[in-house]
Amino acid sequence: MTCEDIRILVHALVDGELDAGHSREVEAHLAKCPGCAVQLRDYRVMRQALSGPMLRHQAPAALRARIEGALPVRNAVAPSRRSLLKGLAMGSVLSGALAASLVVLVVRKEEDQRILGDVVSAHLRSLQGDHLIDVQSSDQHTVKPWFNGRLDVAPPVIDLTAQGFTLIGGRLDYIDGRPVAAVVYKRRAHVINLFVAQVMGPERRATIEQVQGFNIWRWTRSDLGFWAVSDINAEELQEFGEKFETAVRSGA
Amino acid sequence: MATSLVSPDADKARRFRDAALPHLDDVYTLARYLLRSAADADDAVQECYLRAFRHFDGFRGQAVKPWLMAILRNVCRAEFARRSGTAAELADVTEDALPLWQEAESSPEAAVLRQRDSATVRALVAALPEPFRETIVLRDINDLSYREIAEVIGTPVGTVMSRLARARSMLREAWLRSEHEPECEERSL
Repeated sequence: MTCEDIRILVHALVDGELDAGHSREVEAHLAKCPGCAVQLRDYRVMRQALSGPMLRHQAPAALRARIEGALPVRNAVAPSRRSLLKGLAMGSVLSGALAASLVVLVVRKEEDQRILGDVVSAHLRSLQGDHLIDVQSSDQHTVKPWFNGRLDVAPPVIDLTAQGFTLIGGRLDYIDGRPVAAVVYKRRAHVINLFVAQVMGPERRATIEQVQGFNIWRWTRSDLGFWAVSDINAEELQEFGEKFETAVRSGA
Repeated sequence: MATSLVSPDADKARRFRDAALPHLDDVYTLARYLLRSAADADDAVQECYLRAFRHFDGFRGQAVKPWLMAILRNVCRAEFARRSGTAAELADVTEDALPLWQEAESSPEAAVLRQRDSATVRALVAALPEPFRETIVLRDINDLSYREIAEVIGTPVGTVMSRLARARSMLREAWLRSEHEPECEERSL
């Protein structure tokens, strides 16, 4: 193997693209050729510097929202609203006001299903590649301030390690086209994403939902909505939600 | 009447979102380095995702990230054509004439590459000419394999390897030169 060969192959070595046999040959050459060894040393420094997160750019939230907004999102809300009204017009004795409130309920319910679907999609996305965590820390005092300025809401971030749910970090995510906080916990090998977003409407007590085989434990408190989603069983997820709320109330 | 609540379009959109949106930061990063303008990168990435969605039905089984990046690259080529009236910026230069490795001008053994701050490294990469800039960004910043890069830029893997060698040699040269200059201020590309 000549120095000329090395000028190409040293990169494949740095990049882990060489098979074991060629790696050994390149390494043998580098061991006895100081000129070529300089290349390996410098390219490792460069590779290290280039792979850092600071060299990457984060897509602006507005761009993400524009792309999300350009995709068709609606489930068949409009037709169902029409067909409901048609049903009422055909010989129904229901008052106009009641008809209107029914429409609102139907639309709310479909929106709700869409949001639950989004929650599961966001959970699935977070498990792909390196998308789980933007800020990695088991310290709630590191994770909580990280959300400052990134969101309109200040999500409660609570370490539940002592209760069996380990805080591992947080990230920004998108549900229903809006940026939301995702606080990430682990239970054994399972990930729990706790999504927190500002919501309107009356408080709702916690319920368990099942979407695409995932459990979602959801509740609201004052103007915050919470969705804890995971593949752990419903009882454990409920336990997580209750311990979280207890800790929030006790001001942990 | 269809009983499904989800229209075929909405279902396609959901599958597309799950597959393509996790790569948004990667695609945006590539766009920033290729176009060297935040506003143009925004437009190009949006156009890339719209095109990708339109062609998502025909997309089967490949890795999503290189597929998106190949689309982005085409969008950027169109942008270069708009800027200059030709697609010159991504056109191949006489790359074989460029060195694969240059000895440092002064005492090669002593010239250890110093660690630099991120803003400086970013500016050094941004200053590389094409097609070397895209090759090094795809490899070192977007973390694509040689095979994936070959797929994105439509060349054999051997071409990827020689371009990468030249790109890193150029970057190293610029890096060593910059060590005699003050640290770079944070600036946008």
